[in-house]
Amino acid sequence: MSTDTKPDISIDRSIGDFSYDMNYEFDAGVGLSEKTIDYIADVKDDPEWIRKFRKDAYKKFLEKPMPTNWASHDLDNIVFENIRYYLSQGTQPKRSWDDVPEEMKKTFERLGIPEQERKFLAGVEAQFDSEAAYSNIKAAVGEQGVIFVGSTEGLHKHPEIFKKWFGKVIPTGDNKFSALNSAVFSGGSFIYVPPGVKVKHPLQAYFRINAESFGQFERTLIIADEGAEVMYMEGCTAPKFETSTLHSAVVELVAMKGAKIQYVTVQNWSPNVFNLVTKRGLAHEEAEIKWIDCNIGSRLTMKYPGVVMKGRKARGEVISIALASDGQHQDTGAKMIHAADETTSNIVSKSISIGTGRSTYRGMVHVPKHLKGCKNNTECDALLINSHSRTDTYPSITVRGQGNACQHEASVSQISEEQIFYMQQRGISEGAAMSLAVNGFVNDLVQQFPMEYSVELKRLIDLEMEGSVG
Amino acid sequence: MSLTIKNLHANIGDREILKGFNLEIPKGEVHAIMGKNGSGKSTLAKVMAGHPSYEVTGGEVLMDGKNILELEPDERSREGLFLAFQYPMEVPGVSIANFLRAAVQARNPDEELDAVAYYQRLYSKMDALKITRNFTSRSVNEGFSGGEKKRCEILQMAMLEPSYAVLDETDSGLDIDALKIVAEGVNALRNPDRGFLVITHYQRLLDYIVPDYVHVMVDGRIVLSGDKSLALKLEAEGYDWVEKEALANA
Repeated sequence: MSTDTKPDISIDRSIGDFSYDMNYEFDAGVGLSEKTIDYIADVKDDPEWIRKFRKDAYKKFLEKPMPTNWASHDLDNIVFENIRYYLSQGTQPKRSWDDVPEEMKKTFERLGIPEQERKFLAGVEAQFDSEAAYSNIKAAVGEQGVIFVGSTEGLHKHPEIFKKWFGKVIPTGDNKFSALNSAVFSGGSFIYVPPGVKVKHPLQAYFRINAESFGQFERTLIIADEGAEVMYMEGCTAPKFETSTLHSAVVELVAMKGAKIQYVTVQNWSPNVFNLVTKRGLAHEEAEIKWIDCNIGSRLTMKYPGVVMKGRKARGEVISIALASDGQHQDTGAKMIHAADETTSNIVSKSISIGTGRSTYRGMVHVPKHLKGCKNNTECDALLINSHSRTDTYPSITVRGQGNACQHEASVSQISEEQIFYMQQRGISEGAAMSLAVNGFVNDLVQQFPMEYSVELKRLIDLEMEGSVG
Repeated sequence: MSLTIKNLHANIGDREILKGFNLEIPKGEVHAIMGKNGSGKSTLAKVMAGHPSYEVTGGEVLMDGKNILELEPDERSREGLFLAFQYPMEVPGVSIANFLRAAVQARNPDEELDAVAYYQRLYSKMDALKITRNFTSRSVNEGFSGGEKKRCEILQMAMLEPSYAVLDETDSGLDIDALKIVAEGVNALRNPDRGFLVITHYQRLLDYIVPDYVHVMVDGRIVLSGDKSLALKLEAEGYDWVEKEALANA
């Protein structure tokens, strides 16, 4: 593949919509039971405490009701008995692309991952169905003591760090899907950045679903020690199947005193994917956690990245863009839990609803009475493309006590016929005019993205908008 | 070579606004249309450009012999028709540079625009219109003063180099200094290969953009045509006498 073309992070739907027939060496079969969990634990050679953790989680999963009392009833269409919970070619990721099995390698090459790795990444983990096929970091980054491995390798080789934080930011029973993830998790990243180390280039994970009727349950744990800094980016795609696919990840971040973590997601799921993800960070004193979250595609996404600001002057931020096309529901938002004085949080959410697409914003901001000097700023803006598009906003803000401040702004706008006519009068086609307007709407947020991702996001929006004009 | 409007009828809803409008604008000429509010001047501009709210019920608009009424608004633009809007729309978050770039690129979709050449051309047009460089990074029309909006329209016209340009009340909301700058910009674009239709309520604009012909529009059609002196007469005597004459002739 030529490398002199411009950076092209190929995760658009048309490029992602392919799959290879695989002969999986390990297959837990269809459906979920204790036996499934034992199978996964055996294949992964889990230590006993993880096997027990999984089984406890499974019980919680069975006990917990579907959250359909407040969330979409579409959740009832997930048939847990019809899903395959574990598929892999072995649990050992390769350190060189040459050693990655041919079909997997071809998949990631088509998605442009090895090329990006050469160009601008400090490390890459590429997950194919249940396990990482490839995982590597640049030697210079490794020499600084940075650990970047899969979750399985993390818990085997670095139990002293892993065990301390695993499941501590997001308890197993946080919700039905965090319990499910805890029962059957496989893959995802484990990252540890030692005190004072600032990782200059982003670390990236790419999550690829290849198999039909499959559930991907990666588990990511990132720990930035005192004064450390790291940026992690994840991309995701799946081919378009007739049956539904489930992606249910749990991501826990821990920023120690003065540390900074930025977590960037650009997901582009096919419209058969239920994407039900729990993401939360714990920020200690003067630490900063920032989620940059772009949700494009999927059938139903439910995701509310959160930050628990546990130490004084900790800071949490969620920047989110959601684009709901015909038949899709993006139910996204943020959770900001202030648990120390002088903590500040910022939420900026922009959603776009196209055709029968629906965007929902749910934001929770919690500042208890005993705290002083806390601040939250929330802005959520919705753009409707058609008159039958839908957007809902459910803010839940509890700010008690003296000297705490909160600001909430929300807006809904629609691209007007006059705007489109104006742009068309300059020779720009209707679809391109829509794209321009949507890109303009999210422009201020996109500028906060790493350049490579902002280019990609613009391209994804262009594709969605072109498809939306009949 | 001309822009020819033949017996044009158009409705908005059930109401007929254009009632058999006829006009021919050969390349190289500037025609002005004057008329009271509600006479159908702005409707004419929008119908020519293909605004979706209006329904054409009869007639033709021919650009160099080609009927453009079946074309989409963007196709009409690429064929060479430009409309300077009375109320230019805001496009939040889209910079003027990117907006115009998309418009220029749309005229030549198969070839990637040369960014350096594009900016050189853009900057030279901006200099001519006394527009400062930081203007290009502002969002299209967002937070613009009346004068900035109109200058931005003329800048777009200069970049897109249309065969025929329709200026809809370009003088509205302008003070005299802004009016002069805008008029200079238009005059700089006058040439034998371009026709202009200037729609205005006041003759003031025509002191600066001097037309070859002046037409008076009443109730959806032209009732009187003349030269520049007609505009002065309208300014001095108002429109009543024209309407009376039109009624008498009807």
